[in-house]
Amino acid sequence: MNRIERVSRRGFLGTAFGAGALVLGVQMNEAEGATPAWMPSVYLGIEPNGTAVIVAHRSEMGTGIRTVLPMVVADELEADWKRVRIEQAVGDVKYGSQNTDGSCSIRDFYDAMREAGATARLMLEQSAAKKWNVPVSECKGQNHFVVHAKSGKKAGYGELVKVAATLPVPKKGEWKLKPESEFRYIGRDMPTMEQADHTRGAGQFGIDAKMPGMLYASIERPPVLGAKLKSFDDAAAKQVKGVVRTATIEGFKPPHNFQALGGVAVLADSTWAAAQGRKKLKVEWDLGPNGSFDSAKDKAEIMAKAMQPGKVVRNIGDVDKAFSGAKKTHEASYYIPLLSHAPMEPPAAVAEWKDGKVVTYAATQNPQAVQESVAAAMGIKKEDVTCHVTLLGGGFGRKSKPDYVCEAAMLSKTVGKPVKVVFSREDDIKFDFYHANAGMYMKAAMDEKGRPTAWLQRSVFPTIGSTFDATAEYGQEFEMGMGWVDLPYAIANHRAENGPHKNHVRIGWMRAVAHIYHAFAIHSFVDELAAAAGRDRVEYILDLLGPDRKVPIEPVGMKYWNNQQGQDTYPVDTARLRRVVELVAEKSGWANKKPQKGRALGIAAHRSFLSYVAAVVEVVVDDRGRVTIPRVDIAIDAGRIINPERARSQMEGAAVFGTSLAMMGEITAADGKIVQSNFNNYPVARMPEAPQMTHVHLVPSDGLPAGIGEPGVPPIAPAITSAIFAATGKRVRELPIRKTKLV
Amino acid sequence: MIQLKVNGSARKFDGDPEMPLLWYLRDVLDYTGTKFGCGAGLCGACTVHVNGEAIRSCVTTMKDAAGKAVTTIEGLGAKQEHPLQAAWKQCNVSQCGYCQSGQIMQAAALLKVKPKPSDADIDSAMQGNICRCGTYQRIRQAIKIAAEVKA
Repeated sequence: MNRIERVSRRGFLGTAFGAGALVLGVQMNEAEGATPAWMPSVYLGIEPNGTAVIVAHRSEMGTGIRTVLPMVVADELEADWKRVRIEQAVGDVKYGSQNTDGSCSIRDFYDAMREAGATARLMLEQSAAKKWNVPVSECKGQNHFVVHAKSGKKAGYGELVKVAATLPVPKKGEWKLKPESEFRYIGRDMPTMEQADHTRGAGQFGIDAKMPGMLYASIERPPVLGAKLKSFDDAAAKQVKGVVRTATIEGFKPPHNFQALGGVAVLADSTWAAAQGRKKLKVEWDLGPNGSFDSAKDKAEIMAKAMQPGKVVRNIGDVDKAFSGAKKTHEASYYIPLLSHAPMEPPAAVAEWKDGKVVTYAATQNPQAVQESVAAAMGIKKEDVTCHVTLLGGGFGRKSKPDYVCEAAMLSKTVGKPVKVVFSREDDIKFDFYHANAGMYMKAAMDEKGRPTAWLQRSVFPTIGSTFDATAEYGQEFEMGMGWVDLPYAIANHRAENGPHKNHVRIGWMRAVAHIYHAFAIHSFVDELAAAAGRDRVEYILDLLGPDRKVPIEPVGMKYWNNQQGQDTYPVDTARLRRVVELVAEKSGWANKKPQKGRALGIAAHRSFLSYVAAVVEVVVDDRGRVTIPRVDIAIDAGRIINPERARSQMEGAAVFGTSLAMMGEITAADGKIVQSNFNNYPVARMPEAPQMTHVHLVPSDGLPAGIGEPGVPPIAPAITSAIFAATGKRVRELPIRKTKLV
Repeated sequence: MIQLKVNGSARKFDGDPEMPLLWYLRDVLDYTGTKFGCGAGLCGACTVHVNGEAIRSCVTTMKDAAGKAVTTIEGLGAKQEHPLQAAWKQCNVSQCGYCQSGQIMQAAALLKVKPKPSDADIDSAMQGNICRCGTYQRIRQAIKIAAEVKA
């Protein structure tokens, strides 16, 4: 339930609105258990000149959300898009969650945005009715004017603002949402606000932020998680021209959370001088217990644990009994390594400590986490941290963890000047919150048609929970809820398990998170079963899905996470999964493109972030084993889609992101230190390696909005390995694929 | 003292001659449209033109830029929008937008030598420019559109 109330113009943005502006705040009652019951989350104002100012409270990292949410407000407001200006909100709890993560911005704020627009429109209509002395029911907001059809009178929003601002804010039920037939922007392809700026290099990212008098920092961080600074010699560093001084940053106290890692910083008058000075530092570390971490041993440990019984997280029927009586069984193990986000803009922020307060400009997905983390680091209140959100040069989950902002703030306090922290690419790769490496063991018993009668799945991975609780070793409810306890297939006997594993590096969420490894194992295994049965893979998937139904998900020992939505509103609906499978099969020409040697299609279909996605990938494997991807087809049912153009672009991007992690991504550690350092040894897909063309097929829907930013990723890797098997007969069970010789 | 031209203006620099052009553009001149991505010539985010050729400014020293004419994204369409900039908008290429300055500068250098590039020409010229958002197919499409405009 949302409520709209007049708020003081000075109450939030300060500079965003001119005097006399009509300002509305939508207050969103957060789900039960959240902090204060009434928190403004969305704002819109209309200036006396008629400009509609819409506040973007979510972070723009490439999804288009900074345009797409305002489209919803503008639609209900009946605003002329040319007269809309978007203002980026600072971090403030009154906006509700600003954590731009989990593909939930539209889902969580669609209603609130519509109500904000509709309320303002009604107030403008009321203002016009007063002015013309006619019933408000005869006045209608239309494209930035209120019109009175009977008399032909027409008044611009700007001239109606003054009176509108004196009216009581209408209550829910007084305003009416537009019928879909009158949607002006919702459902239309709209270019994002930043397109022109990006062609001129004019977008302002975190790395572009400057504060007067600031110093540039380059930080030598502990090379192993938890390593302690023993000693350092900065004499040579201080000799470098441009270097002003050095400063230490205290190491974190476990759990590491989003705290600064600690280390020795070189501060200089330019980025270059700081980096040169850092090279001259001599630093000694006590590496501590993680100093023996080794990825080869870690993988062996994970794969061994995957063969041992784990904690049961879902149980249907009796898998063991079914296995013991089975004539035919199949089993397989899968592995995905640690991965790094590697956004093109590395973590970057500038911060100033002054008079017990911090002001920062940061490329962050979560400005409120910046407030909380910086406040904790500095021993101040979070209200005393002002976080301005810049554009993000990619985020993918890395920039929801503001360790780099803490570093800038801590250094600023030490040196008494604003400080800018920009990770080098080596820093970014070596000091990430890595996507977990994971091992999965799968086993099925099949009937005479090759259909599973029993299905066991077990996963082992270091949990993101270890970021917040140093002792956490089992998958958390949200990780289990990501494609593991919600297998939608009609199988009589099914058990899902999870085994414990300790983290030795920082583990964090990366675009699509646990879905990545869960989907890889599940859909690879489906592909293997279809192959074992000699059946067409599309037909086999549809058979597994069974009759159209909503599958009640009842995990063991936990709730079904379901992106924190109820199964009544967002059920696991096999009809929707079936539909995207059928759609992608049709659009990709599946039936007519039978596998050939060296060229074939692969398929996978997965529900994530409440959306249903099926992908068909065409691969070509040449006689040297080199893989290219001429074509990808993705079908998605994400409920109502606000801006189809951005939904398509997100699917295109997901196909490339999925290709990177499937084909080439791998982070490893030796002696506790991350081995990779830059794009030469942590490659990501370049133009020739990326899918040549991705065709996106959107399922038309007026259903509840679901995720767009992440759901395209999970099916890509298993669809690629499915295609490679069809083209070569080689079954790739370990990513990245480049490690397997295909011919 | 190093002398060079940046976007048509004469400039003098008396700092470290080993400093990469990238940091001179960004930290000293405030031409922040040119981006840092890797510092090692691996990703193309820092691409600018030096005497008309696309180079990686993160591995080009000030010493190497001495006496030369540098064009950044800010200078590319300063007088008149470059056809690539128009095509980029037409295709809504950008997602996060961070790498796009470098992509456009690289593509502009390609079109100078190959006004009608094939797919293979485009792949070959653009493979040094990483886009982590994955806008490659639209980049290719935009280059083709711009190439037609130029003809």
